[in-house]
Amino acid sequence: MFAFIIRRTLQAIMVMLVISLIGFSIKSNIGDPVRDLVGERVTPAERAAIADKLGLNDPFFIQYTRFVKNVLHGDFGTSLIYRKPCLEVILKHAPATIELVLGAALIIILISLPLGVFSALKPKHLFSRFIMGFSTLGVSIPVFLTAIMFIYLFAVTLGWLPSYGRGETVDIFNNGYWNSGFLTIDGLKHLVLPCISLASIMLPLYIRLIRSEMMEVLETEYIKYAWAKGLSPKRIWLVHAFKNTLLPVVTVFGLQIGIMFAFTILTETVFQWQGMGFMFLEAIQRADISLLIAYLVVVASVFVLVNTLVDIFYGFINPTVRIAGTK
Amino acid sequence: MSHLLEIHDLEVKFALRTGDIIAIDGVDLTLDRGETLGLVGESGAGKSVTGFSIINLISKPGYISKGKILFNGDEISSYPDKKMREIRGNKISMIFQDPMMTLNPVFTIGTQMIETLLAHKNISKKEATKIALEKLKKVQIPSPGTRLNQYPHELSGGMRQRIIIAIALITDPQIIIADEPTTALDVTIQAEIMDLLQELCETDNMALILITHDLAVVSQVTEKIAVMYAGKIIESGLTHEVISNPKHPYTIGLINSIPGSTKPGEKLQQIPGMMPTLSEIPSGCAFNPRCTEKKEICETIIPEPKKTDSGSIVSCHMR
Ligand SMILES: Nc1ncnc2c1ncn2[C@@H]1O[C@H](COP(=O)(O)OP(=O)(O)O)[C@@H](O)[C@H]1O
Ligand SMILES: [Mg+2]
Repeated sequence: MFAFIIRRTLQAIMVMLVISLIGFSIKSNIGDPVRDLVGERVTPAERAAIADKLGLNDPFFIQYTRFVKNVLHGDFGTSLIYRKPCLEVILKHAPATIELVLGAALIIILISLPLGVFSALKPKHLFSRFIMGFSTLGVSIPVFLTAIMFIYLFAVTLGWLPSYGRGETVDIFNNGYWNSGFLTIDGLKHLVLPCISLASIMLPLYIRLIRSEMMEVLETEYIKYAWAKGLSPKRIWLVHAFKNTLLPVVTVFGLQIGIMFAFTILTETVFQWQGMGFMFLEAIQRADISLLIAYLVVVASVFVLVNTLVDIFYGFINPTVRIAGTK
Repeated sequence: MSHLLEIHDLEVKFALRTGDIIAIDGVDLTLDRGETLGLVGESGAGKSVTGFSIINLISKPGYISKGKILFNGDEISSYPDKKMREIRGNKISMIFQDPMMTLNPVFTIGTQMIETLLAHKNISKKEATKIALEKLKKVQIPSPGTRLNQYPHELSGGMRQRIIIAIALITDPQIIIADEPTTALDVTIQAEIMDLLQELCETDNMALILITHDLAVVSQVTEKIAVMYAGKIIESGLTHEVISNPKHPYTIGLINSIPGSTKPGEKLQQIPGMMPTLSEIPSGCAFNPRCTEKKEICETIIPEPKKTDSGSIVSCHMR
């Protein structure tokens, strides 16, 4: 198991190096640190002097090494629009996005597991057919449409839920970084629609995935054997079949959580949610290259980290992976 | 007193899209306490389906369409599922063909043994663990204590089959149904597993239904034999009678095709042709297209089972 963790970590580091290389290439090609620093009103001669001082004329590899070194120290440069270190800007926006993804993930887990399992166990039941029909429909509706429909129905027509912003938040650590919407009623109310919209992208996929995995497991010899041992349906379905179903689903879920961060860009725009996605769009509109690259690297790191953790967790619940890792 | 197990006129159908097919057609069997019965026949004859019918666990879309199964005189074939579960794995245990596929890969051996006990007996986990350990010793597994915490993939096929035998024994059942228990194993360990199974059934006075396509194994292990062909039992009786004095042309063909049944240097005889698929069973005797003694009547009328002079029961017009 230990060797497996080491190997998986090395892989993650490799991936991060590649991503940082891509990020840096973009930055060195289209970024303009001199402008970021002093603006447009300087003479070309002064610009050249500053560029030289910043090391922008050094060979690519030396610049890249410097970039990686800075990044490792948390220095992504200064954001053009916020006039603050990029990392600080991102960290201040991250909690909003994380809470959005967390809420959506929670909704997905709470809904897809029971629905997927039920429709696998009783495929002919009317409710199962309804679930499947609904999920087919759900797969083909784009997220902003769902979001706008939700806003129209629950915010505009019924007036039950707020349609934009994060509402009342609580500064958890009293340092201005993590303002949580989970701790107030108003904050929770503001979370509902964005989380459902974000969850709705993946939900149908998960219901289908869990259903098909479970159905496959139910056909195996070991499940037939479990019946032959006289175990109760509850134990066979919810212990034997469920655990085997969960293995592949956990992996996919881990991968998709990363992808969900990407989808937050849409959701945050529609709901005026002041998170990283919102910030990202702003950075694009105003050509804040430093912030864009910082976002890219940070999100990629989170993605890789989550994947690695999921793989290791998978190794813990799946005994065959563990052996493969130790051999 | 009633027999331990009686199967009367069992018929099993599979409801396929193209219509129902009959997989088991009028099977009669009896088994007494401590008795061993071999169920032989080619692949697809209906041996496994017969075995699973007994514990009412036929794969979908199969169902028992006729007949009844009595266990200790009770008609278990009409039991509701909840009552049937008290029999399965408790009074009647089953050993599956492929030990590599039978155990759940994500649970330890211990868990899979103990859960069987807990499902049927009102005992503590600690007591169950003790019994599990005892049974592992009984099937002669080296270092049984460590096995409990191991996962199936850490053990060889032979070991896993021993564990499955231990699970079958764990509730001290009255019948063990072993469906080709050695087919998936290396030739070298087949005999070991077979000997173990036979020995355990003898010492604990358990009845055994041994399903196999290997007539040689049956002739060494079981007291009674039933030969299946295309969903029917075509010959049955005491094993030594049937083996030494086979009546049905199919049984004769099977015996002649066992290696060692012919003189050295002589060619093994194969029964020509193949068993028909269930949707293409010929009229009359299902065996007639392959039979060397075929007469006209064989193509039109299904032969009834009848008793022969040696005591076995045969379904053939020519006897
Ligand atoms: N799940 C199933 N669906 C349809 N037909 C089946 C199924 N299982 C078995 N059968 C039919 O029943 C026949 C007997 O199968 P089986 O009892 O497994 O044979 P064997 O004697 O090799 O154990 C097969 O030839 C097949 O046509
Ligand atoms: Mg079979």
